[in-house]
Amino acid sequence: MFTVTVHHYLVVSAILFSLGTIGVLTRRNAIVVFMCIELMLNGVNLSFIALSHFLGNMDGQVFVFFVMTVAAAEAAVGLALMIAFFKHKESIDVEDFNLLKW
Amino acid sequence: MYDKLWLIPFFPLLGCLINGLLGKKIKNEKIIGGIGTLAMVSSFVLSCKYFFQLLGDTVKTHEVVVASWMTVGQLQVDWGFMFDPLTAVMLLVVTGVGSLIHLYSIGYMHGEEGFYRYFAYLNLFAFSMLMLVTGSNALVMFVGWEGVGLCSYLLIGYYFHKKSASDAAKKAFVVNRVGDFGFLIGLFVLYWTLGSHGVWTVNFLEIGKNAHLLGMGSTVVTLVTLCFFLGATGKSAQIPLYTWLPDAMEGPTPVSALIHAATMVTAGVYMIGRMNPLFALSPDTMMVIAVVGGVTALFSASIGLAQNDIKRVLAYSTVSQLGYMFLAMGVGAFTAGIFHLMTHAFFKACLFLGSGSVIHAMHHAYHHAHLHDDPQDMRNMGGLRKKMPITFLTFLVSTIAIAGIPGFSGFFSKDEILWWSFASTRGHVALWVLGACAAGMTAFYMFRLVFMTFFGEQRTHAKAKDHVHESPLVITIPLMVLGLLAVVGGYIGIPHVIGNLVGHIPNYFGDFLAPVFAPTQELYHISAHGTAAAEFGLMGVSVGIALCGIFLAYIMYIKNPALPGKFVASFTGLWRAVFNKWYVDELYDALVVNPTKKIGTFCWKGFDVRVVDGVVNGIGKLINVFSNALRYTQTGFAHNYAMTMALGVVAILAFYVFR
Repeated sequence: MFTVTVHHYLVVSAILFSLGTIGVLTRRNAIVVFMCIELMLNGVNLSFIALSHFLGNMDGQVFVFFVMTVAAAEAAVGLALMIAFFKHKESIDVEDFNLLKW
Repeated sequence: MYDKLWLIPFFPLLGCLINGLLGKKIKNEKIIGGIGTLAMVSSFVLSCKYFFQLLGDTVKTHEVVVASWMTVGQLQVDWGFMFDPLTAVMLLVVTGVGSLIHLYSIGYMHGEEGFYRYFAYLNLFAFSMLMLVTGSNALVMFVGWEGVGLCSYLLIGYYFHKKSASDAAKKAFVVNRVGDFGFLIGLFVLYWTLGSHGVWTVNFLEIGKNAHLLGMGSTVVTLVTLCFFLGATGKSAQIPLYTWLPDAMEGPTPVSALIHAATMVTAGVYMIGRMNPLFALSPDTMMVIAVVGGVTALFSASIGLAQNDIKRVLAYSTVSQLGYMFLAMGVGAFTAGIFHLMTHAFFKACLFLGSGSVIHAMHHAYHHAHLHDDPQDMRNMGGLRKKMPITFLTFLVSTIAIAGIPGFSGFFSKDEILWWSFASTRGHVALWVLGACAAGMTAFYMFRLVFMTFFGEQRTHAKAKDHVHESPLVITIPLMVLGLLAVVGGYIGIPHVIGNLVGHIPNYFGDFLAPVFAPTQELYHISAHGTAAAEFGLMGVSVGIALCGIFLAYIMYIKNPALPGKFVASFTGLWRAVFNKWYVDELYDALVVNPTKKIGTFCWKGFDVRVVDGVVNGIGKLINVFSNALRYTQTGFAHNYAMTMALGVVAILAFYVFR
């Protein structure tokens, strides 16, 4: 029987995090970038939960609640920013977000 | 007994503070001048009281410590004052002549802008000078020493809106600083070498007591005394630092009389007298002093022969007479040197004040006639003896005194110096020749001055001619007192040969100063030996030379006024060199002033602007260049930042994984 160990969880979590990172770095649509960030956060959440479960310690799960709370707040602020930006520029392409430069 | 000694310098300080701080509000010239003069007279009265007290005292040296000044390591310095015969003489001269000159100034400076400023400076000068002569240690003396230099600067530059005056003030200050530097170095070396013998002191009495520890004629004592002598040449206007004194005549005439003739410039002579046990230890330094003094006496007298500015002649005469004093100090005739200092203070102050009276009269006459001729040029004077009889008489008397005619004060002191320079164990016949030649020149140029100013035709501009009047009493009273002193001042120090001749009259002045100088002279076998006949012979010769000088002046400027012109025509080169002061100023400019300026310009434009500023500005520019290059990394794309961050994380992880 194939046993699921902590390593498997961690590998999945690493894959999720990497996918999220690549998405943040390569995608140009701000909403997609935003979703990728969520993906990274959830990748990390997964490893928290897995380690918490296998170590028999609840701290990791508590952390995850905090992360989810922060992610929810971030989603609210981030989406509001994007709407404001879209009203201004009629675009949510991150390539257009380049006012703060030399 | 002498515990109120500190009051003597304190009175003028008080006067200075009152006039300096409140003078602008007081405005009334009589009150301001009165305060200044009263301060000096108070000091004079107290000096007299202590002088008479000292006469009846068996102990001749007293020290009064007012407060402790500083204690640094082994060095213990007090605000200490001392009173001994030497100080007493200096105090009487400074406060006595000073009082008269303060009084005179009330009349002379009448109506001048900054009248209160003048009296504040003058009192500050008196304070410094009195600190200088009463200080019981070298540091208190140095306070006075610097103070008189400062006041000299302030008073020479009194007419500061005149460029020549402010230049002269700066010159005096800078040249004096060169000498002061020598004084300080000498003091440091003395302090440390005495300290290495276990005596850490700057007190004059202690220095005198322990000077012998340094060893007779040792190198260090020669070095120390030469450094001190450099200080003296600066303050007392001797070769090589004399050039500031003639320029100092830019100041008001009473200042020239007080500071640049009677008192401040004698500080160097006093200092050598004060440290005589130290100076006597180095025959080499003594010889240097004597030679410098003798050469200065002759050299500056020669310049005085051809000057036309009445004050300039007197200035060169002062340098020359100071040379006599140093000649005396150098041959060990300390008493004679101080004696000449005193008589010189009388007759030279009188001469300067007399010239001031003349200038005052000329100035007013020109002012009346709306002319702008030079009131100091003797070629514009002549025939003033009838117009200004009191000034003329006092001037004549002082001139006779300075020329060394028997019976007048200058004769006694000058011949004492000449006799010592000839017969002293540290003298030399060549020194006597220098002194005697200078005496002849002195007689010539002084009588030339008198003849050009007071005799002959009045050469003043016709419009101003009748406006020349005798000065008011406030000016002539000091003249009369000083004139009287110039006649009788010498009788307190009649040389022994003359005293013995007329019946055992002692040399009161010499006996009075003996506690200060005699121990040194005995210890180091300094004395003048010779027969009475030899002394009379030399006296006769020097008087003869002086009479020749007077006669020559009479022929050239009264009998045959065309003669000087002919002389100039036939010796043009020589005359021009003398008239231009032997080009010493030009020489100093070329050798010292201009190279120093060049070094200064180099340090400024070459080093400071290029190197120092270059480094500072360079660092700023470098940062600018770097940040200019780096700012292109701020692209504004969140992508790039995220990428940089991710790469950084990867790099750090890689470092920990693969190391």
